[in-house]
Amino acid sequence: MAQSLTTFAYLIASVLFILALRGLSHPTTSRRGNLYGMVGMGIAIVATLLRPGMEFSGIVIVLAGLVIGGGIGTYLASRIQMTSLPQLVAAFHSLVGLAAVFVAAAAFYNPESFGIGHAGAIHGGSLVEMSLGVAIGAITFSGSVIAFAKLQALMSGAPITFKGQHWLNLGIGILLVVLVIAFVATGSGVLFWLIAIVALALGFLLIIPIGGADMPVVVSMLNSYSGWAAAGIGFTLQNLLLVVTGALVGASGAILSYIMCKGMNRSIFNVLLGGFGAEAGGAAKADGSGQPARPVKSGSPEDAAYIMRNAGKIIIVPGYGMAVAQAQQVLREMGDLLKKEGAEVSYAIHPVAGRMPGHMNVLLAEANVPYEEVHELEEINPEFAEADVAFVIGANDVTNPAAKTDKSSAIYGMPILDVEKAKTVFFIKRGMASGYAGVENELFFRDNTMMLFGDAKKVTQQIVQALQK
Amino acid sequence: MNPTDLANQAQATAERALAMAAQARMMAETTLAPVAPIAAAAEPFLMLLTIFLLACFVGYYVVWNVTPALHSPLMGVTNAISSVIIVGAILATGLGDSWIAKFFGFLGATLAAVNIFGGFLVTRRMLAMFAGKKKG
Repeated sequence: MAQSLTTFAYLIASVLFILALRGLSHPTTSRRGNLYGMVGMGIAIVATLLRPGMEFSGIVIVLAGLVIGGGIGTYLASRIQMTSLPQLVAAFHSLVGLAAVFVAAAAFYNPESFGIGHAGAIHGGSLVEMSLGVAIGAITFSGSVIAFAKLQALMSGAPITFKGQHWLNLGIGILLVVLVIAFVATGSGVLFWLIAIVALALGFLLIIPIGGADMPVVVSMLNSYSGWAAAGIGFTLQNLLLVVTGALVGASGAILSYIMCKGMNRSIFNVLLGGFGAEAGGAAKADGSGQPARPVKSGSPEDAAYIMRNAGKIIIVPGYGMAVAQAQQVLREMGDLLKKEGAEVSYAIHPVAGRMPGHMNVLLAEANVPYEEVHELEEINPEFAEADVAFVIGANDVTNPAAKTDKSSAIYGMPILDVEKAKTVFFIKRGMASGYAGVENELFFRDNTMMLFGDAKKVTQQIVQALQK
Repeated sequence: MNPTDLANQAQATAERALAMAAQARMMAETTLAPVAPIAAAAEPFLMLLTIFLLACFVGYYVVWNVTPALHSPLMGVTNAISSVIIVGAILATGLGDSWIAKFFGFLGATLAAVNIFGGFLVTRRMLAMFAGKKKG
């Protein structure tokens, strides 16, 4: 295949990738979009393999890699539980980062293939792009590994902070810049790997201070990084397809990070500097122990079933606690039973519910909750005033009215779901502990609130049993 | 002033202008000579930069149109397509004969392949859930 044909194939692949993202504007077009993406990837790989000058041994090696990697990927993707989706995505991001480092290394040791100079004498501009690709790739890799460990609970989700942390990161950042300059000046292989190692350390240090519930931002941000890494490699190799795709992915991740930050009313810097929840949580605990416990109204699943059976409009608010308890299936059963009783059931999803953007939607979809019943925050908020019951399961901070009223609160300004406006509010919780932000929820103590203490799945099951009677 | 004088004067001016033009051209050639290769090297970079920036804009507008309910599949797809980096790994492995490059190319291709297959398949699984529930 002639060179210009390869470039043309890359152009087609780029367009197909854009169409793949375009398809996601609605569930009905999304599957075709995904198919476009697969076809685009297939075209890109085949066109590259058929390029003039490809050695047979190289093709065999690549095919071996495709079979091994493809096998592992297929196995992981078909086995993974949807609750563990964020971990899987974090793991995948780490692989993109590492692959970027390896491709940059390959280009460094074999620059002739890409027309960027000769071993030991690579063009200065290409060295700049190469070092950027390596650095972003390595940061993506180690950052994603930490995100994975936190999501998989291999390490504590609590923020790890220490004195002088930000200065240390700044120092490492400056060291990285110095190394890049030295690398561009000398083109030394030692410096290439030093950049990789220092960037690995930086990625690690950047993510450890970020708490578990801030992971939606982290995962989207690493998504963005993996795109920039691909674009950086694209500049190095002067490859149009990599540059276009990298830009698409980078932009996508950046937008998701922005949406997640807005969902928490925090700036991206606030999230990245980390430590959120650690100090606030400590303070709240200290407060709580000093005061006598305030009275709350708690009820039994039977009480809840009785009230909901007579309700006309019910809004269910699922949070990460529902995912942890794996309560989505039984929750949908409860919804079905209530619909049979004549109630109007809908679901309200906060932008930052779950551990990655859109996580709750996937879990509900998996449990066969109809797409039309699931609503975003802006859409459903006006409806709480007409609702008879707000059923909050495994969510807390996202319903806390302190976000609107208490200026001193850690969550002040965060958009919340107005569950307080419903006639009756149920909270399914294990205990009275405050949420991630460490802020006590005033709603627990209101007259129209009933607490249902226990495991989200068990309590919901008991409600289902009571409804079936 | 008679016509002949005028013609002579005009000719003299034209000759002076010609000489100045030749001088200017010579000066331009000597000063611009070192710039030429840099400009040539910067050209592919500028072209890629143009494409890059335009793609950022396309990404920006396309992604804002993605419905929030499908943000997880969006991450799955972007994850898969960012592994197009495999193209770099293939080129590194198939062109030239550095075995170090082939080794890193193989590693890169394998990791990217995990992502390509894993990313597209997990997205397909997710989207199938959304599509299958139309009837409720």
